[in-house]
Amino acid sequence: MVNIIWSLMAVIGIVYAMVNGTMEQVNKTLFESADEAVTLSIGLISILVFWLGIMKIAEKAGILSMLAKIFRPLIIKLFPEIPADHPAIGYILSNITANLFGLGNAATPMGIKAMEQMKKLSGSDKASRSMITFLALNTSGLTIIPTTVIAIRMQYNSASPTEIVGTTIITTFISTISAIMIDRFLYYRSVWRK
Amino acid sequence: MGIITSVSTWLIPCFILFVLIVATWKRLPTYELFVEGGKEGVKMAFSLLPFLVGMIVAISILRSSGALEAFINLISPILLFVGIPPEIIPLAIVRPISGTAALGMTTEIIDNHGPDSFIGKLASTMQGSTDTTLYILTIYFGAVGIKKMGYALKVGLLADLIGILASIVIVTIIFG
Repeated sequence: MVNIIWSLMAVIGIVYAMVNGTMEQVNKTLFESADEAVTLSIGLISILVFWLGIMKIAEKAGILSMLAKIFRPLIIKLFPEIPADHPAIGYILSNITANLFGLGNAATPMGIKAMEQMKKLSGSDKASRSMITFLALNTSGLTIIPTTVIAIRMQYNSASPTEIVGTTIITTFISTISAIMIDRFLYYRSVWRK
Repeated sequence: MGIITSVSTWLIPCFILFVLIVATWKRLPTYELFVEGGKEGVKMAFSLLPFLVGMIVAISILRSSGALEAFINLISPILLFVGIPPEIIPLAIVRPISGTAALGMTTEIIDNHGPDSFIGKLASTMQGSTDTTLYILTIYFGAVGIKKMGYALKVGLLADLIGILASIVIVTIIFG
């Protein structure tokens, strides 16, 4: 899907330039924008190094597992099909806390382990109710600190790069609550239909 | 609205303070851990590089040819009628499909409109507050061999739609 969108953007742009005589601008931006993208990626190093460094300390200091403890009762309620002492709950909690701090790379392996455990519980190749709830939580964002976005805003000399943290948290909260409600609604609808 | 702005400014420094106090209290080698974690940041920035180059170049072609502007002009009467800024539409479409593509678009929008413009703040919020449904479903279901996804895709995409609309509403209320 992304392949089609990506190619289409370039193809439409070039064809449009042929028809409208803007080829000169296109040719110029082609190389300028590639250059800019590289400068930007290198500039991102500063924040990413700093933030991942701090998060490593947070992880070893047990702050992520402290948070996991706080969320535990909530998660047990959200996943009624998983027994409270099952290892799946632990992996789900680690995945969620890693996501909250924008540690996508740490969150994915934990998420896959959680899925493996949930598959053991259901024992089929069909998505179980718990799996869908888990993915609903993941797709709805779960970010407190959007590190990469802050880094990009800094690169473009924002007067206040972190200004969007507040709006991001509120929006994530709304979309997460909605995801859980939609998940519940569709689950009960699929049960009624049977 | 002042509260939300000051939470944004205070949250990160206070979090760092908290982390460092707890870690020092537990006698952890804070500086060494910082360096160890920081190395991953270098890797991450370099792994993003090809994605950003690909996406930013493609959108730049679309924009500099004049095609993007023509498209936005075409759809803007309808969108403005319901209060959606038309410039955000390309990002809203790509956000659920690819995270790195959306990051490229967010960057391009910030570059074009400025990070502190309304559109820049909206793109930042939208990028930060939803995740890539298609990627997550592919990775997680693929990794454990789930073939029947049930209503998972529906939940993910509906939640994305709400997240996108919510970011427009929230940013309009707070920064509009």
